[in-house]
Amino acid sequence: MIGAFVKGLSTTFKYLFRKPVTVQYPEVKRPVRERFRGRHELKRFENGMERCIGCALCAAACPADAILVVPAENDPQKPNSPGERYAARYEINMLRCIFCGYCEDACPTNAIVLEHQYELSFFERGSSIYTKDMLLIPADKGHGEIPPILQQLDRRPSPPAQIDL
Amino acid sequence: MDWIYIIVLIVKCIIITLGATTIFAYFTLFERKTLARMQNRIGPNRAGYIPLPGGRKLLNGFLQPVAEAGKLFFKEDVVPLMADKWVYILAPAFAVIPAIIIWATLPLGWWPGPWQDNWLQVADIDVGVLYILAVTSLGVYGLAIAGWSSNSKYSMLGGVRASAQVISYELALGLAVLGVVMQAQSFRTSEIVAAQQGMWNIIPQILGFVIFLVASTAEVVRSPFDLVEAEQELVGGYNTEFGSMKFALFFMTEYIKLVAMNAVCAMLFLGGWTFPGLEIGGVVATGLNGALGQMFGQAVFGIITLVVFLLKTFALSFFAVWIRATIPRTRYDQLMDLGWKVLLPLALVNIAIIAVTNVAFPDNTLAVAGVGFVAGIIVLAVVTSQTKSSKPKSQVTLVRKTS
Repeated sequence: MIGAFVKGLSTTFKYLFRKPVTVQYPEVKRPVRERFRGRHELKRFENGMERCIGCALCAAACPADAILVVPAENDPQKPNSPGERYAARYEINMLRCIFCGYCEDACPTNAIVLEHQYELSFFERGSSIYTKDMLLIPADKGHGEIPPILQQLDRRPSPPAQIDL
Repeated sequence: MDWIYIIVLIVKCIIITLGATTIFAYFTLFERKTLARMQNRIGPNRAGYIPLPGGRKLLNGFLQPVAEAGKLFFKEDVVPLMADKWVYILAPAFAVIPAIIIWATLPLGWWPGPWQDNWLQVADIDVGVLYILAVTSLGVYGLAIAGWSSNSKYSMLGGVRASAQVISYELALGLAVLGVVMQAQSFRTSEIVAAQQGMWNIIPQILGFVIFLVASTAEVVRSPFDLVEAEQELVGGYNTEFGSMKFALFFMTEYIKLVAMNAVCAMLFLGGWTFPGLEIGGVVATGLNGALGQMFGQAVFGIITLVVFLLKTFALSFFAVWIRATIPRTRYDQLMDLGWKVLLPLALVNIAIIAVTNVAFPDNTLAVAGVGFVAGIIVLAVVTSQTKSSKPKSQVTLVRKTS
């Protein structure tokens, strides 16, 4: 019993002289892992066009029903996104979001991505609604070519997915 | 005895009380910092620091106790609806007052005053040790009535449990102290310190020292015997229904009592304020009196002895923190087993050893110390080797077969 006792005491005493491993959070921020799911971002293509084509698949995939997408037709002269439509409104209710990443999986254009920002506190319930302005990245931060299937703006629009019978 | 004496006495009481509460505040900080370092963390480091050149910070977080006190004062003070209001309000006071008045009979050093007394001791009474034991056991009333008056079943159970624990360890504690009293042949604390000028009691009474250390840890409901703070089973123990400053008073009680018990331990077993060379009429005292004159010499000697005493108390307090960082909480049945089946018989054996050695070798300090030390170590070794380690997991039947 004495042996175990002394061993325990010496173990704790040893740590007294070791450098603490604590990260001093507000001053020092430890980088998160690549797969970490933090705050959402709406991405753009390299030429600055929005990747979101307003298909609302993310909203359909969301198990917590946190995403609202209101699509609108693109103006052919000055399109917001390649393809027919874009998201006129795109909102995420952060009180409901469970950071499952299903929206990422559902998105055909990789427009919505859960990035590494994790400081998400707010003081009012109203601030929990993240709007498109907050989510969309700056125009010069886009990446990737527009896929050919989305470059068919001159063709006659195909009928919408949900046809009113 | 004139009125100046009374005023001096009152001032001494105020200083002791303020000192004890300040020690409590900074002991919590010390404990949190040390525990943090032992667990590879940093601990409180936000409130207050002394800036050093090069962006370094000295004494990180030294204002933490002040911040906490301020916060506690502004917290809402809730009294449960059906609680016995006056008892409920008085319970923290019942707990904290005994913790503070323990300090009254402790000789914190040796600085002779003008009334044949000691500046560094409030009351040098004939039954000093008895007083300390009586006052430490009074603390149990605070716990018991706090648990009862809250009108909560959890608090009630916590209070009952706390009082059972404190009373169980009272016996072993008293018997461990009895050994010291037998050897010094006095209940007077100053005489107990004086009796240790040749040899500290820890050598002839190593067994008593160990018993005292364990029993006092349990007495002040301190880790690993902190069953009173049973978050899992009892929500929080006897202080569940207490908030704001009333809770802080219970917290304060535990810490002041811990430091006070360490001071008592230093006084009983580690020679109090004495140190090799430091004694009444010793080399240092005579040298100081010769070099600085009687008055200043005594003052400097007094401060040195005070520092020595505080250092001994600090060393024991550090040990208490160290133990808290190392040993997990015991189970309640283990606690009771240890108290009644191990410590109490051991304390009786200790008394027997001291009685025999002191009668067999009268006036021979070395022989008493040698025999007492060897006997104590042997008893400790035998007892600790008797403890069975728990069954290996592979041999435990997890599900009993029913056929």
